Amino acid sequence: MFRFFLSRIAQTVAVLFTVSVIIFALMRMIPGDPILMMLGDDFSQDAYRRLQVKLGFDRSIVVQYLIWLGDILRGDLGDSYLNQEPVRRLVWDAFVPTSVLVVASLIVGVVIALPSGIVAAMKKNSVWDWGSMGFAIFVYSMPGFWKGIILIWIGSVYLGWFPAVGYVAPWQDFWGGLWRLVLPAITLGTFFSGLVARIVRSSLLEVLDQDYIKAARARGVRQQALVYRHALANALIPVVTVIGLQFGALLGGAVLTETVFGIPGMGRLTVAAILNRDYAVVQGAILLGVFAVVIVNLLVDLTYAFLNPRIRVA
Amino acid sequence: MADPVLAVRDLVVEFVSDDGVARAVDEVSFTVGRGEIVGLVGESGAGKTLTSEAILGLIRCPPGRVSGEVRFRGQNLLGADERALALIRGKDIAMIFQNPGASLNPVMRIGRQLTEAMAIHLAEARHRLRRRAVDVLTKVGIPSAAARVRDYPHQFSGGMAQRVMIGMGISCVPSLLIADEPTTALDVTIQAQVLALIRQLAREMGMAVLLVSHDLGIVSQMCHRVIVMYAGRIVEQAPVATLFHAPAHPYTRALIACLPGRDGEGRLGAIPGMMPGLKAMPTGCRFHPRCDKAEPRCATEEPKLRQVGADQIAACHLAKSDG
Amino acid sequence: MAQPLDADGLALPTAAPAADLAAEDRGLTAARRWWRRFARNRGAVFGLAVFLAVVAMAAFAPVLSPYDPIAQGVGPPSQGPTWAHWAGTDSFGRDMLSRIIYGARIALVVGIVSVLLSMVIGVVLGLVAGYYGGWIDAVIMRVMDGLFAFPIIILAIAMMAVMGFGVKNVIIAVAVGFIAPFARVTRADVLAVKEEPYIEAARLGGVSSLAIIARHVLPNVTAPIIVQAALRVSGAIITESGLSFLGLGPPPPTPVWGSMIAEGRNFIVMAPHISTIPGVALMVTIVGLNLLGDGLRDTLDPRLRR
Repeated sequence: MFRFFLSRIAQTVAVLFTVSVIIFALMRMIPGDPILMMLGDDFSQDAYRRLQVKLGFDRSIVVQYLIWLGDILRGDLGDSYLNQEPVRRLVWDAFVPTSVLVVASLIVGVVIALPSGIVAAMKKNSVWDWGSMGFAIFVYSMPGFWKGIILIWIGSVYLGWFPAVGYVAPWQDFWGGLWRLVLPAITLGTFFSGLVARIVRSSLLEVLDQDYIKAARARGVRQQALVYRHALANALIPVVTVIGLQFGALLGGAVLTETVFGIPGMGRLTVAAILNRDYAVVQGAILLGVFAVVIVNLLVDLTYAFLNPRIRVA
Repeated sequence: MADPVLAVRDLVVEFVSDDGVARAVDEVSFTVGRGEIVGLVGESGAGKTLTSEAILGLIRCPPGRVSGEVRFRGQNLLGADERALALIRGKDIAMIFQNPGASLNPVMRIGRQLTEAMAIHLAEARHRLRRRAVDVLTKVGIPSAAARVRDYPHQFSGGMAQRVMIGMGISCVPSLLIADEPTTALDVTIQAQVLALIRQLAREMGMAVLLVSHDLGIVSQMCHRVIVMYAGRIVEQAPVATLFHAPAHPYTRALIACLPGRDGEGRLGAIPGMMPGLKAMPTGCRFHPRCDKAEPRCATEEPKLRQVGADQIAACHLAKSDG
Repeated sequence: MAQPLDADGLALPTAAPAADLAAEDRGLTAARRWWRRFARNRGAVFGLAVFLAVVAMAAFAPVLSPYDPIAQGVGPPSQGPTWAHWAGTDSFGRDMLSRIIYGARIALVVGIVSVLLSMVIGVVLGLVAGYYGGWIDAVIMRVMDGLFAFPIIILAIAMMAVMGFGVKNVIIAVAVGFIAPFARVTRADVLAVKEEPYIEAARLGGVSSLAIIARHVLPNVTAPIIVQAALRVSGAIITESGLSFLGLGPPPPTPVWGSMIAEGRNFIVMAPHISTIPGVALMVTIVGLNLLGDGLRDTLDPRLRR
């Protein structure tokens, strides 16, 4: 398992490197003078020349990349064009609400997907099966931003139960914060559950067909224990992997959900920044977002290695 | 004769699909006596596995449909509900399968799988069960059992895994062990060891064994009595010596001729043709298209099983008592 | 679903992919057989119907739509569905039905073109990486891994920061995002096919690598690629509407479902139809495409059948 661990970490580093190159390249391709953009209102001939040297514009592109990378790794993400605030702080402040939303949606998604996938597999081809899977396709296909608007319409305008927009951190006001999260978490969570429910179902069906289930039944193990003790443990392992793979989709969905519900997260920050041509912020947010996806994928792979005895106990 | 452990009567296994009903096991009847090792032999597709699975109610119904009688200790297993069957499975009747590696749950430790079965059937304390598990593993010849009990299935070789399966099978001291192609997936050298183990345990425990196999060679070494199946039906049944010295059915004769070493010139015999699929059963005797002794009668009239020797029955128009 | 069984309860080997040949099927050509299997899946047929309907809507938009989609004031603003305007009007007095019909054009064009683009590039990359292996494979796959780490919307936003907004750039951005999945799927299948004896035979026979790839490898990997393509079109359309919703898509007054939904947000209380109806159109299209993609996958790749 240690070897697996090492090789995955090496792979992650390679991917992070590639990602950083892609982002660097993209940022450099933005038309216009990057130095001017970065100086913003702080312009002066002196500042211009200083920034030029600092960023290595007088040297080769590779050196510029290395300087850029060095800054990133040190945590210096530049300043916002608009308000001269350090990007690092802006991005971090936005990262927290996004994480809260993502975690809440994950929980909602799994809570819906697991039972519905299990029921669908157990009662294959019955009403329960078609019903759950139909629901899964339905919520998966609904565009998230529209789903959010509809939920606001129903939950906030029509029923008046939930606030339409706004975010409060749960540690500041637990119930208030949680209440405000209900609609957005349902929006994003149901999308996620649509993906996962189908995987749970097919994984469980495949496992139930395996010889070891038949052998266990031949030993007298009863149906419930068969499913919950034997089958599920095996079936959930690939599901964990899929959840990790879909984390990127979840983050992408969060971008739109935040915009609809007015949550001051990274999604809203990025969109606002791009509309305002605040490229330093765009870069910082994307860097953090993609890095998060890559790290989560690594963690998921490691979890998989831990869960799968074939890898854990070589 | 003392009461048989298992009495199968007119067992029928069918599968219902959009295209109709296909009968895979067609009125099969046989018994297994106490302490007897009975071989159930036939080519792939003859229905032997389905027969053995039907005994323990392991066939998914629907699309399957099982009828007939399987008497065990006076109870018809085919009519029993899942709860009653679950009590018998693993305790009174145990079953081991062809692919031992695939028959073990890959994410559960061997010890846990062992104690699980015992916990269901035996009312003993956890720690005592754990000790029993180690004892069982030792009994089936797994070295360092105490350490191995904490291992996962993928850490066992094929032969070792089959020993573990056998161990699980005998852990609750069953009266009958059903072994479905237990050595087919193993190396030849390991095969002999596993078979010897089964034979030894059967003798020690007075356990009956129903050995399902396509390999007549194995059957000849292991079994007291042999049942030959073809296309879902029994075509011959006899004690092992009688079967090999005086086979009554042409199919049995052909199977024996296929065994390497039987033909003086060392050439491997073969039976021309293939077993018919369920949807294309020949009329009359099911074997007649491949039979070198077939007469016109064989194509129209289906032969019934009848006594052709002291202990021998066969389903062939041409079988005589001096076979 | 009927699978022929032998007496041991094992599935009889049949020529892939038609695992359940009913008697009537046997005489037909492969294409007809394929259609029969596809048609058994009612969801897939529905999906196909939806897809064709949307295509028809887009193709015959000028004929079908009652009004000019960008003409303002053809009706009273923000009015719900009436006989004059079946889908109502938006806040500028434009007819919603016409805008929805025309909106299908952008959705389809973006969806199909971007997927085609990424398919071509991705498949080529996958073929090269899979067939040649070695450092070419390593480099290409590292880049693909890097691309793959970006959620599509985020990559699209980043690219539009560079390229600017608008339809063309949405297509390019989405296309770039989908290159990685195509490359991966293609490469995986190429790796499997590469080991086949007929490839070795062709190579020994002196056939050029290019010809081998084109004539032997490619035809055998098309099925999963088609399935990927079908599944991605719906993703492309959702991404495009998301970008339009955010304001990064085609500029107003172009009728695009995503931006129509965004426009309707402010009127959700008074005139919910402005947001709701385009959303329904979008959702039906996506559901249809997803069902179609699923159906294609189930039909073309029996290994994944449930």
